[in-house]
Amino acid sequence: MDIELKNIHKWFGKVHANDGINLKLPGGTIQGILGENGAGKSTLMKILSGFIQADEGDILLDGKAVKITDPASSLRLGIGMLHQDPLDFPPMKVIDDFLIGQAGGLIPNRKQALQEIMALEQQFGFDIDPETYVDMLTVGERQQLEILRLLWLGAKALILDEPTTGISSSQRIKLFETLRKLAAQGMTVIFVSHKLEEVEGLCQRVAVFRRGQLVGEVKPPYVTSELVKLMFGKAVTLESRVYARSGEAALTLSGLSIEDVRLKISNVSLAAQYGEVIGLAGMEGSGQRQFLRTLGGLMRPVDGKILLGDRDLTGKPYHFFLDLGISYVPAARLEEGLISGLTLTEHFILADQSKGFMIDKNKAQQITKDRISSFTIKGTPASQIEELSGGNQQRALLALCRDPVKLLLLEHPTRGLDIESAIWIWGKLKERCKLSTTIFFISSDLEELLQYSDRILVFFGGKVSQPIESVETSVEQLGQLIGGKGF
Amino acid sequence: MPFLILVGILLVVFIYLFQAGETTQAGLAGAIAGAAPVIFAIMGETITERAGVINLSLNGTILLSAMAGFATSLATNSLVVGFLVGALVGGLVALIVAFSSITLKQSQVAVGFVLTLLCRDLAYFLGNPIMGASGPTVPAVSIPILVNIPVLGTLFFKQDIMTYSSFVLIGLAYFWIFKTRQGLLLQGIGERPAAAYVRGANVNRLRYIYTFIGGALVGIAGPIFSLSVKAGWKGTISGLDGIGWIALSITIFGGWNPLRAALGAYLFALLQWLGLVLQPSLPNIPSQVLQVAPFPLMILTLLLVNIGNAEWVERTLAGMPPQTRKVAARILRAMKTSPPASLGVPFENE
Amino acid sequence: MLKSNSRWVGLSFRLGAILLALLFTAIVILVSNANPIAVFSNIINGAFGSVDNIANVFVAWVPLLVVTSGLLVTFAAGLWNIGIEGQITLGAIFTTFVLRSLQNSSVSPTIILILGILAGIVGGALWASLAGALKIYGGVSEIFGGLGLNFVATAITLWLIFGPWKRPGIGSMSGTQPFPDTLFMPVIGELRLSIWTIIIGVAGIILVYVLLNGTYFGLRLKAVGKNMRSAFLLGIPTNRYMMLSFLICGAFAGIAGALQVEAVYHRLTPSISSGYGFLGLLVAMLVNYQAIWVAPVALFFAILNIGSIQLPIVLQLDSSLGGVLQEALVLIVIMMEGVRRRLVKKE
Repeated sequence: MDIELKNIHKWFGKVHANDGINLKLPGGTIQGILGENGAGKSTLMKILSGFIQADEGDILLDGKAVKITDPASSLRLGIGMLHQDPLDFPPMKVIDDFLIGQAGGLIPNRKQALQEIMALEQQFGFDIDPETYVDMLTVGERQQLEILRLLWLGAKALILDEPTTGISSSQRIKLFETLRKLAAQGMTVIFVSHKLEEVEGLCQRVAVFRRGQLVGEVKPPYVTSELVKLMFGKAVTLESRVYARSGEAALTLSGLSIEDVRLKISNVSLAAQYGEVIGLAGMEGSGQRQFLRTLGGLMRPVDGKILLGDRDLTGKPYHFFLDLGISYVPAARLEEGLISGLTLTEHFILADQSKGFMIDKNKAQQITKDRISSFTIKGTPASQIEELSGGNQQRALLALCRDPVKLLLLEHPTRGLDIESAIWIWGKLKERCKLSTTIFFISSDLEELLQYSDRILVFFGGKVSQPIESVETSVEQLGQLIGGKGF
Repeated sequence: MPFLILVGILLVVFIYLFQAGETTQAGLAGAIAGAAPVIFAIMGETITERAGVINLSLNGTILLSAMAGFATSLATNSLVVGFLVGALVGGLVALIVAFSSITLKQSQVAVGFVLTLLCRDLAYFLGNPIMGASGPTVPAVSIPILVNIPVLGTLFFKQDIMTYSSFVLIGLAYFWIFKTRQGLLLQGIGERPAAAYVRGANVNRLRYIYTFIGGALVGIAGPIFSLSVKAGWKGTISGLDGIGWIALSITIFGGWNPLRAALGAYLFALLQWLGLVLQPSLPNIPSQVLQVAPFPLMILTLLLVNIGNAEWVERTLAGMPPQTRKVAARILRAMKTSPPASLGVPFENE
Repeated sequence: MLKSNSRWVGLSFRLGAILLALLFTAIVILVSNANPIAVFSNIINGAFGSVDNIANVFVAWVPLLVVTSGLLVTFAAGLWNIGIEGQITLGAIFTTFVLRSLQNSSVSPTIILILGILAGIVGGALWASLAGALKIYGGVSEIFGGLGLNFVATAITLWLIFGPWKRPGIGSMSGTQPFPDTLFMPVIGELRLSIWTIIIGVAGIILVYVLLNGTYFGLRLKAVGKNMRSAFLLGIPTNRYMMLSFLICGAFAGIAGALQVEAVYHRLTPSISSGYGFLGLLVAMLVNYQAIWVAPVALFFAILNIGSIQLPIVLQLDSSLGGVLQEALVLIVIMMEGVRRRLVKKE
């Protein structure tokens, strides 16, 4: 099936997520979609698969204009989407999961469905027991199941969103085999990924997105540096840097290994200095978050040691980390860091760890006024936290950190903020560095990483690069590492 | 193995009843008939909760529908009207719960809780004038041939039409949820509405429908009491107050599976009957122990649900080799019952 | 169009809810072939008609006040403490135990009464800690855990009344052997009302108000209730705070149970909690969990309860009408809140 996207525009408030996208996706090809977080590729895929509607533009399938109103109609038109976390039914049996959503009579014909599943499985070399429960399958198997189901329901185009996150390499090989077979059968395969090597190896054409626009369509042979330049843009000239690191190790990690459902990080050793800023780069889901959480005491490592100065923190509960001066600043401000329904003053009272029984209202007012002015928060002590703008919420979140703090861990400190706020926040953070605070931060903004980090760690599928001095690297090198090359 | 144990117990019970005689058997048959309203309520609530909605108003609904069913049946001298009205009352109350939670996005627990009290008080207030009146009752109908089977004939085939309906309902509910296409979708809505939505289900509309149907079934339970089991409306001493809570707890104990829930209901009826029969010979065991039995069982079930989900269990499982893991998980799965994952959680499209 | 946080809008919605609830109740009365005016005036008379009546209103007010005060603490922690009825019952049981043990001793009645109240606190808190443990360590919803424990508490009460504590002769549904009047809470004149219970009730709500609005504990508790994840990240020991809220609420429930035994019934009865637990939940919902409104709204509910007592005698109507108005009010308020939010969202 030939898919054509004509002049697609989508706005989310002021953000122009898709800016005039014109893209042809012919049948029988494996099309790669490349771009960093926030480039607009997921928005486009959501439009194609019916989750959201474009504000402007048309979609043509085999030359005919169509209206895709919801996910079900998208599938009816032949477009099947495989989500990163497959939308299946974990507590149910595979055969039942398969049958849900298939149109038909009162009683489903289980025998026939079973036969058809087994035939499909044989065709692609899968090995999934239809009587087993979905939640007993690995992520890779659940993906295979979902692909089979979409095929069974007559999909002519398949969108795969970052499909190789969290699957074993043998499953990945099998997946690629399957995709090649499907393309050979005439299916349109759309492969959305940030992994350069996979895209280069699998796709017959690559479309690169950046900041909402389609910035390039490339055919093989692929030149990695070209792809990286399209994805991340030109290298930036950096401003003068501020050095605050002392040389002495503040935080020592030795042989740290972290595991969760999706990935394993193995054997990371690092000595972070007092006053140093270490940036964690990589696409979302590559392990930076798990790493940062472990440093903050919110996750337990499966192996290795964490030492703050000479105190061993490994395996201790969260409040131990907090009491020793480690502050974790989450990215989901209202879900994890701030409390909707409480005022600014109330937040500061909570963060202040005051002793005593009755609240000292005057002290609270004083602290709040101080913090409001030193963090230039646009709000009054009585403002409800949810009334503040995103930028001011971020400032409030920072203001909640204890002072002094030995280790500051920030998830996306300037996400969604305007340039001024971002610069201001970094000014504040650098001040702390001068007072020997060590900072780790996650960011998707390469410029920010290069500008403010002393060293950078790049994460890719659980693999962690050696620490890179930011003055010695470039957007291009980082881009390659983020895309998985050069580990 | 557990199946054999069950068969063994049933055999023992059968032999005991055979030698005990007609009156004992009739007593147990009465207990089975008494379980019929509970069965209706449980099946109704199981369906509603499978769709992801908790209807906490059961206790009040049953009282109100019992009163309303009896009152209308008395006025029209028609049993059918009584049952229809009961079903309607149940459905309407359930609709209020659905509307408040799905459309108005208020707490299901809060609304259900208030409704359970409101319906109860409405039942007592509006039912006051007809207290003690005698009205039509559902006649017993023996099923020919089958009624002559020793023991089983007296127990199961010498009942009234509503008790027969309760048997059929168990099968119907099980069949619908697990064997039909729509039933699979029902399971899907309760487990993962986002996935059901992607597959084309209008989640909220289906939730409305199932909540109404479930509520109607609960509503039928009331008139079964007031027109059959304990005919008439006797206000606060009718012994109906509390049935709804029992039904809720057996729904949980039943793991949202009609067969298992029915087993729980009959087990409860059996215990009640045993309590009556054995009371004279064992005066030291308080009757309250048996009456209160469903509740500790419900708590135990809920505990088991969460043991399966506990972090330490997951970690231990993850560390096992795949074959052992599959076996261990299968055992855990047989033991545990999980509520529909999305129970009580409102659904919003993107 | 509608300002989302305008106080006037909120107030007018509440007023509308009260009117709707009255209208609904009037319709229910009409369906019963009775006259709404007669009914309402009868209720008012039943509550204010004589000094005795007014005293009875306050007698009913105190346990409700105490229970609701305790519930505000669990609601602050984001918990639905449905097990409140059982907590009141266990408080009453512990109080009865102490009174029975000491009634024939030489200990002064005042001390016995005080010990009785303390025992009530222990009993209520203990039962609440069960619900808390089930929730925190067993993951059992406090709604169903509490429900189950309520029934177990009733079963225990019945066993005591018909078993070890039964009246000489036969066990009776009227309860245990009544205590001698020396062990009654001292009353005002010939009325059933004791000034001490009022003092306890008022002290209780003031305590809760101060606790929730003026202490660090209260603020941290509110944080746990509004966003447990963020509260944890800020360093608040969330499990400990949840358990503490259960214990505090259980203690209040226990006091209510103790007062029921010492000041109202003077014995243990099968339904000693008298539905005050659920009623307290209703009051808490109606006042939107704001301590400042608890006293007047609880009084309103008490007026309705006492006022409807003579409905059966005078108008041949069931006294549950009071409950109908109370519950209709709460339901309509909840639904109006949903309507208001939808109208606000549309702007």
